[in-house]
Amino acid sequence: MLAVEMIAITKTFAEKVIANNSISLSVKKGEVHAIVGENGAGKSTLMNILYGMYPPDKGKIQINGNEEIINSPARAIQLKIGMVHQHFMLVPPLTVLENIILGSEPEKNLLLDFKKAKERVSQITSSFKIDVNLETKIENLPVGLQQRVEILKLLYRNAEILILDEPTAVLTPQETNELFNTIDFLKSEGKTIILITHKLNEVKAISDTITVLRHGKVVGVTGTENATIESIARLMVGEDKIYEEKKANIREKKLILEVKNVTVLNENSVEAVKDVSFEINSGEILGIAGVEGNGQHELVEAISSIRKPAKGKITLNNAELKEEHNIAHIPADRHRNGIVMDFSVAENLILGREKENLFKKDITIDESKVKTFAEKLVHEYDIRPVDIDIKIKSLSGGNQQKAVVAREITKNSDLIIASHPTRGLDIKAASFVHNALIKESDKGKAVLLVSSDLAELLKLSDRIAVIYNGQINVIFDADKTNEYELGLYMTGSKVKNE
Amino acid sequence: MNKVIYSILGPLAAIIIALFIGAIIISLIGKDPVEVYGVLFYGTLGNSYGIGQVLFKATPLIFTGLSVAFAFKAGLFNIGAEGQMIIGGFAAAWTGFTFVTLPWIILIPLTIIAAFVGGALWGFIAGYLKAKYGSHEVINTIMLNFIAAALASYLVNEIYGIPATIHTPEVSGSSFLLRFDAITGLFPGSPFNTSFLAAILCTIIFYFIINRTPFGYQIRTLGLNKNAAEYARMKIKKLVVLSMLISGGIAGIGSINFIFGYKHYYELGFSEGAGYIGIAVALIARNNPFAIIITAFFFGILEYGGLTINTMVPKELVTILQALLIILVITFVRIIDVLKIKFLKSA
Ligand SMILES: Nc1ncnc2c1ncn2[C@@H]1O[C@H](COP(=O)(O)OP(=O)(O)OP(=O)(O)O)[C@@H](O)[C@H]1O
Ligand SMILES: [Mg+2]
Repeated sequence: MLAVEMIAITKTFAEKVIANNSISLSVKKGEVHAIVGENGAGKSTLMNILYGMYPPDKGKIQINGNEEIINSPARAIQLKIGMVHQHFMLVPPLTVLENIILGSEPEKNLLLDFKKAKERVSQITSSFKIDVNLETKIENLPVGLQQRVEILKLLYRNAEILILDEPTAVLTPQETNELFNTIDFLKSEGKTIILITHKLNEVKAISDTITVLRHGKVVGVTGTENATIESIARLMVGEDKIYEEKKANIREKKLILEVKNVTVLNENSVEAVKDVSFEINSGEILGIAGVEGNGQHELVEAISSIRKPAKGKITLNNAELKEEHNIAHIPADRHRNGIVMDFSVAENLILGREKENLFKKDITIDESKVKTFAEKLVHEYDIRPVDIDIKIKSLSGGNQQKAVVAREITKNSDLIIASHPTRGLDIKAASFVHNALIKESDKGKAVLLVSSDLAELLKLSDRIAVIYNGQINVIFDADKTNEYELGLYMTGSKVKNE
Repeated sequence: MNKVIYSILGPLAAIIIALFIGAIIISLIGKDPVEVYGVLFYGTLGNSYGIGQVLFKATPLIFTGLSVAFAFKAGLFNIGAEGQMIIGGFAAAWTGFTFVTLPWIILIPLTIIAAFVGGALWGFIAGYLKAKYGSHEVINTIMLNFIAAALASYLVNEIYGIPATIHTPEVSGSSFLLRFDAITGLFPGSPFNTSFLAAILCTIIFYFIINRTPFGYQIRTLGLNKNAAEYARMKIKKLVVLSMLISGGIAGIGSINFIFGYKHYYELGFSEGAGYIGIAVALIARNNPFAIIITAFFFGILEYGGLTINTMVPKELVTILQALLIILVITFVRIIDVLKIKFLKSA
């Protein structure tokens, strides 16, 4: 029995971008169906159509064997289809509970029945073993937990078909494991799950069937047991070999960043970073491993001089850190901090760099210089579609990320802070960014790499510091440690190196 | 091209509907709508005197519209253009009747600077309170409007005013802004004057700052995504203060139309709510500086049109018609927006 059957779906944007080109997708009831493909291949678009966000130009949709016209998310929810978007759709100033019940609030005498709502949500959280404090405001939650809330929202609405668009992009391996346990559990309850991800080992681990998209078309459908990671990758990106830069060993080392006994408070004036010290030299990549919410956010904000440390000292090139310091920073949350959705691609590519001489003509920003610069980056970083004048909100998630990375890496700064720089990128784009970071560090820049992807940390870093509960107790040489050991320290199972 | 059509469609539909509803009301009180409308159109657009009057009424609205729009670009809601215009106006008038010996080439720029500085001070206070203590600019500016009105009343009634009037002495003749009928013979009899040129200049400068300079870029970033502005390490507090300051300054200059172009003295209540109408102007023009000129012209028709039919229908009816139009235009601009999105989605 097919839970979802999409037949020959075509969707074009602005009369030129063919996001979906006659795509057909069959999802069996009770299976985990993975959809993979490059950035901009059309995955999110296809799922948005299934969820009623926009109508297809052509094509039909059948749910449980009945042809349906899904013209709104409300209709999708009626059909028990739920979706967690690539970019979350939560209301930041509201609490977890309020967000979960938003749109289907239980009523009692025209008033919100909070008690009943809370009972139901608690019941769901315990039966699905999803742990999150219902009274916290979303804006104070790390991304990993926000995603939990999105999933709870679906379960609260009794979804039978769950669409998860890149759910693991923001998770640590441990969190991913927990999520997969939840998915397995949901599957055993007979629910159908459609999962978009760029991480092929996850596809291998959790899915039953795989559909591969490329340039808006289906290029392969296969049972997971018949596929290997290599065979899927080849379908995704074609025969191109993925080239990997090797780190050179920098000869002369110069101290670039020094963090000394730094303590940083979070919004609630709680010490989120406690007495942390480390150094990064020129040509060095220091990785920060840790479960989301252990202080890396506050640490990064302090080093990028967005947040003042409560105690301690940060120096850059032997001078005390100042706001005026030019620091390249790829933020963890691109939508919140990295881009302005209503600006064009070109405007976004100069965000934070608008005063650079590179773009200056008298007292104005020289548009032709911006144009030349933006066109160069769009080509170098393969940002698609190639159009610097469209608003960045119409780019796919991965392409937005490429724009942020391009802007920051090309900044003239001795320090690059990269928080989850490859979040949401396909394997080809991710390795491009890896190569770019390695090249910059070979040029003598210092790189601070925060990532939840341990493989990425191990591959790029010279040393890896583990942050747990706001403290850094161990710093490993990257070639003398492994995922397992890092995992132990990240979760606090081991605290000190003895 | 499509964009232009859409942005004209909304207001146009609104005007037609408002006129229609107005016609019903006029018939209900026993007057002939065709006749009333005839007078209104002839009075405002049918002769050069009327057009001059409309442009005269539109001039301060361009300034207040730009003022509100400027703050809005930075994500700030300036309700205080009224008070800023009052303070700016008094400062300018004071300069005008104090430095009576200065030649026009110095005095006119000086009065305009005084108008800007007065308004800017009032805007600055609201911006500073917001940046420093986080108190909301809407509350700040509303309160400052009250203070401005009271302060002006005190200054006129107790210190500078001519007894038994509500105005100050006349400003120096060399600070007068010439009327167009005096220079060109156009719009004979109407007080339409050269402050309109200042309004046009101000519009161009507005566009230039917002769209061409790094400062304008930062203001737009702040208005669209404050968190991104923070991560780009823009100085947000400074931007907030500066944009309120400039916003207030623009509103302040709006006073010169009446003071130096028409009556030649400061009179209590001269602003006639231009600061508040400026909010509607900016809203309908969507903060686009050039659209603000057109929108202000439209509001000028309403303002002066009211006067032309004053003798035929009660004053209150004119007020009702004006309010109706504002509401309808704002609504229709929204409706067309929604339609447009639907249309583009399905296309
Ligand atoms: N609202 C929109 N307006 C215009 N173009 C759009 C819009 N949404 C998507 N596109 C375009 O459609 C194509 C497919 O985008 P989509 O978001 O489906 O990609 P994706 O496979 O999810 O990529 P990613 O892995 O980067 O998230 C892209 O070229 C994108 O720029
Ligand atoms: Mg996507």
